Amino acid sequence: MDWLAVSDAEWTAILLSLRVATVAMICSLPFALAIAMLLARGRFWGKTLLNGLVHLPLILPPVVTGFLLLLLFGRRGPLGAFFADYFGLVFSFRWTGAALASAVMAFPLMVRSIRLSIEAIDRKLEDAATTLGASPPWVFATVTLPLIIPGIIAGMIIAFAKAMGEFGATITFVSNIPGETQTLSSAIYTFTQVPGGDAGAMRLTIISVVISMAALIFSELLATFAARRVAAQ
Amino acid sequence: MSLTIEARHQFGSFSLDAAFTSDGGVTALFGRSGSGKTSLINIIAGLLKPQSGRVVLDGDVIADSERRIFTPVHRRRFGYVFQEARLFPHLSVRRNLAYGRWFAGKSGSGGDFARIVEMLGIGHLLERNPSALSGGERQRVAIGRALLAAPRLLLMDEPLAALDEARKAEILPYLERLRDDAGIPIVYVSHSVGEVARLARRVVVLENGRVTASGAAAEVLSAPAAMLATGRREAGVLLEGEVEGTDPSHELTTVRVGRERLRIAGVSAAPGSRLRVHVAARDVMLATSRPVEISALNVLEGRILAIATEEDGSVDVRVTCGDATIAARITRFSRDALALVPGKTVYAIIKSVAIDH
Repeated sequence: MDWLAVSDAEWTAILLSLRVATVAMICSLPFALAIAMLLARGRFWGKTLLNGLVHLPLILPPVVTGFLLLLLFGRRGPLGAFFADYFGLVFSFRWTGAALASAVMAFPLMVRSIRLSIEAIDRKLEDAATTLGASPPWVFATVTLPLIIPGIIAGMIIAFAKAMGEFGATITFVSNIPGETQTLSSAIYTFTQVPGGDAGAMRLTIISVVISMAALIFSELLATFAARRVAAQ
Repeated sequence: MSLTIEARHQFGSFSLDAAFTSDGGVTALFGRSGSGKTSLINIIAGLLKPQSGRVVLDGDVIADSERRIFTPVHRRRFGYVFQEARLFPHLSVRRNLAYGRWFAGKSGSGGDFARIVEMLGIGHLLERNPSALSGGERQRVAIGRALLAAPRLLLMDEPLAALDEARKAEILPYLERLRDDAGIPIVYVSHSVGEVARLARRVVVLENGRVTASGAAAEVLSAPAAMLATGRREAGVLLEGEVEGTDPSHELTTVRVGRERLRIAGVSAAPGSRLRVHVAARDVMLATSRPVEISALNVLEGRILAIATEEDGSVDVRVTCGDATIAARITRFSRDALALVPGKTVYAIIKSVAIDH
């Protein structure tokens, strides 16, 4: 059973992946909620364009997305220089860059899930809240938000799973530096590139399956709980 | 209290151009589906912004398109009871009820809450979820929720339309108590003559987006013009009387209308209270001599006031019986066979069970 023993370097990759996926999921949530609201409710010029832009990472080859991120958020990229100068936040070849790449790749899935749940809301309930004296922000906080919680949870879990598995854009943008940007996926890839690395790749693959299954079961439990609270009329 | 509404709005090929005023109590907006009732009440609520119009309550201009005033819905403090209850599914009944109170800044006063919950008989439902309520219970909670927001005006859009007869009968007494106790002016949308007859002080008849009649309930609902909007089947007269008493063994209530007495089945009303009943013209028979050994309990002697000819072989005969006018719809054949002419003495026969109350 020796081959099941996880080395320190592998633990680092696992923990890094969990951190990258969690940060990507949490940081993209407010933006995904705002964009989903805009796409579901807004009527403005350029809505189709915005929708296309949001979905771009889903249809572009991940390498292309990674390269575009490198151009924009690299040290000399316009956005990368801005963040580095004003917030001291450097993305290139750091774990933060891996989180950014995962967030961008998972973003369309999260927006989609939240948008669908917003569109499923009976807007008559919001009208009813307005007639009871609730201003638009209060209607959102007390009626809209509680009713879309199941969609938000589903979106977060699917984004987490996508971020865990993200490979192409990450390796293009921040490379594969052990201890800094080597995530679970990159580590498996590295193992497959060296002779005798099969056992290591297998170990990490099993761990990857366990983490994904756990996330899925957790989301099912949350969704059941939320659905019970928001029992249909 | 005074309410003035004017609204003009174009939706595709349908145009709404309606105006009415109310001086309190229950004002019924009455008409068929598609006549613009719901659009008009949504304009009052502010959910629909008309192309031009005015909403003035007690001299306070809520909306005026010419002066570019438009108070947003949540600042109008107009309670709205919708056709479907629209309770918040994620909140318990208690929190649904409390929702509007919080925005009205009344979260501290518990007296109102207890009184309204008691009036609507929903005390035993407070901890439940809306999904566990029957249709009638939901609608009562919705009424309570609107009232607890301390509205200046209560709008009700066919609150009973989605319910069966038994549930309607369950809620109507609460609406009567609301009208008599709460002192809030109510605009009540309905297409049911029975409901309007029972609740409304004033009636505004809408047809194709236009007001075709408006005035006191008894006048509007008894006028032949009401037939246009309500369909000929519903045409009839509205009588108002005082309840004299109930015969409990037969569940028959006697109502005195002027000098006449009507006996009505299945009413729960205290002696001395006022009751309005609607007698549909199609439910009234005429005889030229007093009938004997007949199951109908109400036989009123009167004189024919007028006979109006209708298109489909029937005639509408209006008969004065003491202080009340009754309308009867009979065939032209019967008119000729009985030789009915204005001034002739006839007996109007009304089945007790046919009276809408």
